[in-house]
Amino acid sequence: MIHGVLSRLLSAMVVVAGVSVLVFLLIHLVPGDPVEVMLGEGARPADRAELERALGLHQPLAMQLTDYFSGLVRGDLGESLHSRQAVAEVIAGRLPATVVLALAALAVALVLAVPLGLIAAVRPDSPWDSGAMTFSMVGVSIPNFVLGPLLILLFSVHLGWLPVSGWEGPASLVLPAVTLGTAMAAILSRMVRSALLDVLGEDYIRTARAKGLDELTIVVRHGLRNAALPVITVVGLQLGTLLGGAVITETVFAWPGIGQLTVEAIQRRDYPVLQGCILVISLAYVVINTLTDLAYGVLDPRVRIGVS
Amino acid sequence: MSLRLWLPLAVVTAWVVAALAAPLLPLDGDAIRLRLILEGPGGMGLLGFDDLGRPLADRLLLGARTSLMVAASVVVISIIVGTAFGVSAAWMGGFWDHVMVRIIDIFLAFPGILLAIALAGILGPGIDNVVVALAAVGWVGFARLARAQALSVKHREHVQAAVALGTRPPVIILRHLLPLLAAPLIVEATFAMAGIVIAEAGLSFLGLGVQPPAPSWGAMIRDGTRYVLVAPHLVLVPGIALMLVVFAVNLLGDRLRDRLDVRYRPG
Repeated sequence: MIHGVLSRLLSAMVVVAGVSVLVFLLIHLVPGDPVEVMLGEGARPADRAELERALGLHQPLAMQLTDYFSGLVRGDLGESLHSRQAVAEVIAGRLPATVVLALAALAVALVLAVPLGLIAAVRPDSPWDSGAMTFSMVGVSIPNFVLGPLLILLFSVHLGWLPVSGWEGPASLVLPAVTLGTAMAAILSRMVRSALLDVLGEDYIRTARAKGLDELTIVVRHGLRNAALPVITVVGLQLGTLLGGAVITETVFAWPGIGQLTVEAIQRRDYPVLQGCILVISLAYVVINTLTDLAYGVLDPRVRIGVS
Repeated sequence: MSLRLWLPLAVVTAWVVAALAAPLLPLDGDAIRLRLILEGPGGMGLLGFDDLGRPLADRLLLGARTSLMVAASVVVISIIVGTAFGVSAAWMGGFWDHVMVRIIDIFLAFPGILLAIALAGILGPGIDNVVVALAAVGWVGFARLARAQALSVKHREHVQAAVALGTRPPVIILRHLLPLLAAPLIVEATFAMAGIVIAEAGLSFLGLGVQPPAPSWGAMIRDGTRYVLVAPHLVLVPGIALMLVVFAVNLLGDRLRDRLDVRYRPG
């Protein structure tokens, strides 16, 4: 168990280091001279030198990398070229909005996916099953930049129930959360269905039936609890994808989170902020995945005592 | 043939035909008719006109071409690069395999299309850069799948027999390994295709894809969202087309997977 946790943490560290290097290298992918791209061709040499120094580009690559990592360790992600604020501060200001959105989307996904997957698994190959699975296929196929405007059209324009975009109180959270949560609900409902189908074929379910338990207790107490494990893994994986998808959803709804900050940084060619956003989102993803893996070990006694 | 098979087949065929035939048709996606600005669908206008008075039907067909070209290029590049890295890692094992697994892990640590967004943002807009950005993310899935499959096939008797007979590794890989990898890779490619169509439209939606006035469904949706209150067809027309294509490709992938009996691993 201890060994497993340590090796999982170690490999997470390697990934974190790799991700950081890749993000550092991003700026060197700018075609031509990044300084020229940012300032335009007619820039004065003094301005060019200034920006080059601000980005640390006048130093050799190894030095830049060392500086970058020593900054990271101190939580220093550089300075925004646009607002001159520390990147870490800018991101910290935007992070809460994204976390709230991601959690709300997760809640929407769970509320939709668990009942759908359950109905589909209890009545496999019935109209219920095909209905639930068709919904799930539609959910995967509809991109959030289509679903978002459609929801705005229906609920904000025609029905006038919810605000169009931005932040005007808790009601503003509904449409972005549904937009972001639908794709995850679609994937999750398939996972709930297949996990539950596997479990319902087990001997202990037959035993539970044989001793006369009612169907609801069997499915929920004995079925769902055992099907929870693979589902939790997918939730962990999808929570990260949610963060990536937030970039587009936040743009649709003018949601003041880190996703919109990423797009703004690209438009302003504010590379330090862009690097910071990509780094923070990816690291959050790695941390969530690692925690999911570790949680799996805690929840499943077979993994915990190292049987399987 | 059942409805569930021919319907998606019809949609995908329509998409491919539209994409291939678009240059041959008398389409003019850039023609501006000021009198028809934001005109709704119906009558002679077919699918209506956008905020500059350009015909949506023409732009839709031209956009189909963009999305198919990008999706096909990205899938072809990803499958070749991914399979090459995945199979070589599995075949050689040892240090090279270890390094490849780490690299794959690092690429997979970027959620969804985030890395593609960053790459497209940094490389600058344009269809070539979209292909580069999406392929840089896309090869990883194929590499992981190809490696896993190759590892299991590597120890089969027919491969061992070929090794014992002294067949050269490239021949073994081409003749005895790759044919067995084809089925899962094709299924993966189908789902990847659907994902890339969405991703291309997503990048264009963010303004990081194809540049105006070149038509792309994502860019059409982006322009349309500004007029969604007065002219919803600007979003609906490309949005429904996009959904239908992705839905159809996903359905076909599902059928293909059942047919070829490949176990699907999510993520």
